[in-house]
Amino acid sequence: MGGRMVPFGGWDMPLHYGSQLDEHHYVRRDAGMFDVSHMAVIDLSGENCRVMLQQLLANDVARLKVPGKALYSCMLNEAGGVIDDLIVYLRDGGAYRLVVNAGTAEKDLAWIQPLADTYDVTLTHRSDLAMIAAQGPNARQKCLPLLPASQQQAAEALKLFYADDGEWFIAYTGYTGEPGFEIMLPQEQAVALWQALNEAGIKPCGLGARDTLRLEAGMNLYGQDMDESVSPLEAGLNWTIAWQPESRDFIGRQALESQRERGGLRRFVGIMLTGRGILRSHQKIYMGEELVGETTSGGFAPTLQESVALARVDGNIGECCEVEIRGKRVAAKVVKPPFARNGQRCIK
Amino acid sequence: MSETPAELKYSKEHEWIREEGNDVVVIGITDHAQEQLGDLVFVELPEMGSALESGAECAVVESVKAASDIYMPLSGEVVAVNETLADTPENINDAPYGDGWIFKIKLSDSSELESLMDADAYNAFVADDS
Repeated sequence: MGGRMVPFGGWDMPLHYGSQLDEHHYVRRDAGMFDVSHMAVIDLSGENCRVMLQQLLANDVARLKVPGKALYSCMLNEAGGVIDDLIVYLRDGGAYRLVVNAGTAEKDLAWIQPLADTYDVTLTHRSDLAMIAAQGPNARQKCLPLLPASQQQAAEALKLFYADDGEWFIAYTGYTGEPGFEIMLPQEQAVALWQALNEAGIKPCGLGARDTLRLEAGMNLYGQDMDESVSPLEAGLNWTIAWQPESRDFIGRQALESQRERGGLRRFVGIMLTGRGILRSHQKIYMGEELVGETTSGGFAPTLQESVALARVDGNIGECCEVEIRGKRVAAKVVKPPFARNGQRCIK
Repeated sequence: MSETPAELKYSKEHEWIREEGNDVVVIGITDHAQEQLGDLVFVELPEMGSALESGAECAVVESVKAASDIYMPLSGEVVAVNETLADTPENINDAPYGDGWIFKIKLSDSSELESLMDADAYNAFVADDS
């Protein structure tokens, strides 16, 4: 398909198939698709899955009341650092499915395995599955006729963050800020689906557009916006931590509680450049002469036609700041992400 | 396959140079360079009137992927800059040898032109590089 390939998380991935900007716009305005088969699917089965996941994850899988429901969560270490962020789905019979990042899959499995052994939970790394994300305002409608007949009706009725678990695993989820499906299916069927989706007018998109879309949508990228040395409380992920019930002693809980009591936590904010230039990751942020933080992800936001970033900053930052870009201070403002979702800018 | 017009000269920093007469040259980045960079989203143009030595940083182009410095391929004084690039940096992607030109300099030492590559040499240089 003419993709420019780059190494990513141990995989060769297409950065773009032509113009990264065009691909970004297809997704915001119509429909685009990503081959995200690099992401790892881990199935969990056994009677104690739920209890194990309630210990393993900072969000509480008790919130998953019906099969097919999805939950976003961090998996923390004892120090409260983020080992990975993932989506967990409840499946029939009390089984679960995790979808984790490519670059962290081996590490995640090694982390989960001892706990799984303790709880007699079976882990299966489903490397036999491929995953295609079709995203954009028209993506679902274009996808539907190409799904297995037995699942079309259910897929059409899906609500955000639910999946239909049949011949294929079809989830109304994504990483772009647009509606769409993430479809997990047997690898040997993936090429045919990809070609059919392409013929249906869903344009192939690469990692580059995936990154600008998620940045505009204010979604974190593991390894860039947070990692094992960063607390979710300083990565804008407070909302993913289930503090109640207090009796649930998930891994990292004690560390997070002491961080909360200690206070002085850094904030995770959006930055928009008001002067000229392009924000990138790891640029220093100043208020006056004081260094108050650093960008974690940054780039040109094609929907806004402006440059934006996610940043970790001191708690007392004001509304205006300066970012050091290639040795020069450039004026910027502090905003609350997301920057753009559902085809539109979110920042006035 | 990227274009490399035969009538231009080329630098190792992936710039093209067109002689306009009277020791004035036009400078841009090559088709190969814009392809490598991807969609351009920002250009910081050289300062008009600045006199710089060959090899000095004089401008910046930023793509969706990364920022790249533009170096003076020859010594001289900046006598024109392509202001339209401030609003339409994509001209560099669409027409690297046309509307995507970046700046012009008046050479201080026209013998430096001898140090540049012709199209064949540049193609070989790119092939070696990749």
